Amino acid sequence: MDEEYDVIVLGTGLKECILSGLLSVDGLKVLHMDRNDYYGGESSSLNLIQLWKRFKGNDKPPASLGSSRDYNVDMIPKFMMANGTLVRVLIHTDVTKYLYFKAVDGSYVFNKGKVHKVPANDVEALKSPLMGLFEKRRARKFFIFVQDYDENDPRTHEGMDLTRVTTRELIAKYGLDDNTIDFIGHAIALHRDDCYLNEPAIDTVKRMKLYSESIARFQGGSPYIYPLYGLGELPQAFARLSAVYGGTYMLNKPECKVEFDEEGKAVGVTSEGETARCKKVVCDPSYLPNKVRKVGRVARAICIMSHPIPNTSDSHSVQVILPQKQLGRKSDMYLFCCSYSHNVAPKGKFIAFVSTEAETDHPESELKPGIDLLGPVDEIFYDIYERFEPVNEPSLDQCFISTSYDATTHFESTVMDVLNMYTMITGKVLDLSVDLSAASAAEE
Amino acid sequence: MSRMLLSPFVKFLFLEGVEQNQKGEVVSEKQNKYKHRFPSSSLYLLPHISSIFLCNFSLHPPPSISSSLSGPADIDSMATIGHNNLNAKLVLLGDMGAGKSSLVLRFVKGQFLEFQESTIGAAFFSQTLAVNDATVKFEIWDTAGQERYHSLAPMYYRGAAAAIIVYDITSTESFARAKKWVQELQKQGNPNMVMALAGNKADLEDKRKVTAEEARVYAEENGLFFTETSAKTAVNVNDTFYEIAKRLPRAQPAQNPAGMVLVDRPAESSQAASCCS
Repeated sequence: MDEEYDVIVLGTGLKECILSGLLSVDGLKVLHMDRNDYYGGESSSLNLIQLWKRFKGNDKPPASLGSSRDYNVDMIPKFMMANGTLVRVLIHTDVTKYLYFKAVDGSYVFNKGKVHKVPANDVEALKSPLMGLFEKRRARKFFIFVQDYDENDPRTHEGMDLTRVTTRELIAKYGLDDNTIDFIGHAIALHRDDCYLNEPAIDTVKRMKLYSESIARFQGGSPYIYPLYGLGELPQAFARLSAVYGGTYMLNKPECKVEFDEEGKAVGVTSEGETARCKKVVCDPSYLPNKVRKVGRVARAICIMSHPIPNTSDSHSVQVILPQKQLGRKSDMYLFCCSYSHNVAPKGKFIAFVSTEAETDHPESELKPGIDLLGPVDEIFYDIYERFEPVNEPSLDQCFISTSYDATTHFESTVMDVLNMYTMITGKVLDLSVDLSAASAAEE
Repeated sequence: MSRMLLSPFVKFLFLEGVEQNQKGEVVSEKQNKYKHRFPSSSLYLLPHISSIFLCNFSLHPPPSISSSLSGPADIDSMATIGHNNLNAKLVLLGDMGAGKSSLVLRFVKGQFLEFQESTIGAAFFSQTLAVNDATVKFEIWDTAGQERYHSLAPMYYRGAAAAIIVYDITSTESFARAKKWVQELQKQGNPNMVMALAGNKADLEDKRKVTAEEARVYAEENGLFFTETSAKTAVNVNDTFYEIAKRLPRAQPAQNPAGMVLVDRPAESSQAASCCS
């Protein structure tokens, strides 16, 4: 440990592990430490005993739930967009070798008290009970416009400059009603609140395209994929990448105190009386609490069930979005469900999560609209966790701190944070051009 | 199998490498800086392809001509059998310097380096063996140095069909550590795993500290098979892998088959020539 490193990374959450991997591959000498004796930090997946220890203060889960090690319960539930940036990073780094995925069965939206499948293209729009007959036709036209839209081809723009036209104006052109706008904005474009209506429409159009391209990728019922054995596999896979390229791993290191010189620059990390020197420190907010501020809280419920979420066609994995407006809230609520089909629970068991940006101190009443959709549950845990973002100036103190995981349903914002941090740390932009079209072009 | 069932970019994956399976070669990808250190496999077969490929997959970069497929071993049943081809993940365990990487290099490439550096850049190797009626493709995982501070991730053990626990016969300490790794495997690994205990550096007889008898007794008590190897002289190296291949359980039906390969290319450019029918 008594050595000099280019970078010391603290915490083995997904963001830190991706960065550790990228930096090791770049040839930097990386030491990666965690105060816990397991990988993943906040983004780990817990077995039943760990879950009971964390939420019930004992390690005696009821025997009726089955074997502890058959459970992999995510602490930050999210799905991966099949065509999203995390998939690109996985392919770019070849970390895909260590992981196995399955498509998520269904994508649903809560509308006027009922759960509906999200229509993702013009054909599905015509079939969806979410809209009346005339509205369907209008929606279909809008979907076709979005599908055909090509940023580089003005002929597809229908005379509009989407970098100037707001989403509200674009939607008005197609005469869609508020109800349609609500599920398009929240369940397809995956906006968390209604700010997008007054922002340039290009963002919403791109998000809708990502959604439909992701669905098309596996011709499944949703645009999402999810790793077998839970999200906790992701940080482990990136940690292995880092180790393969010479990164040194130390778990179970208490304290991990960052040392500064008189100018306030990070110069090393001390644990158990030993100090490792370094030029830069990368960490999650919990390792440098004085350099972050609280930006919000996430309320969540974790449920163990013996049945799929009702009204989702018996999907063994599913997402249900409850748009804010449907609940009279400021932010959306999300339901996730995974099961033994993704190896996160023993045969016959389902794990459901309800989460949202907390607006009160009472997760139980706040999450009730989501929980009511689940039917009976075997076990339920409520929790509120706080989210932080860095307030330091990395160019001065050489500390690069990630932002806490937000309540979004997928990893797009997670990877954006990682890519920005990578650029701040190295001065380079990560070239993710191993994208779909480039990859196939290389093949011919 | 109906082509219509499969999403188009998956189609061409199958069977491209079948005729290569007897070569037992290690293919290196040299496409970009991430890939060049990941030797890749050339063979991949699975039973019940249609159902598996429709719902499971691993993400994988685009195939090249020399190496197109990753070999996702079946996770639950440990070894995947397809016709007479078996895919098996094999993990190496043992103290730093016991010779884990040297054993693999000897087995896979027939090489030995006197001053092998600590493992950097070797994610895993694959090697195919013909054993009796079947071919066994080993996907060999090295520790990548994560054993040094005891920080091997659970992922390392997951789905392993076999393990070789390596110690150095000139070091009692490394033998003691090997026992610790056996305990760890018994805790983390699959109970049906085939485990081998390898006393490496058998060429250094004059410096021997661990007797073969002592290790043999321990191995028998714990259900491992025991061998003394020398990566330097190649003694017993290939034999150990053959013995493991022979002991792998043959027909294990996949309970929850895993491992569809996703290729990162759009549908319209798939290669009709290598499509299964």
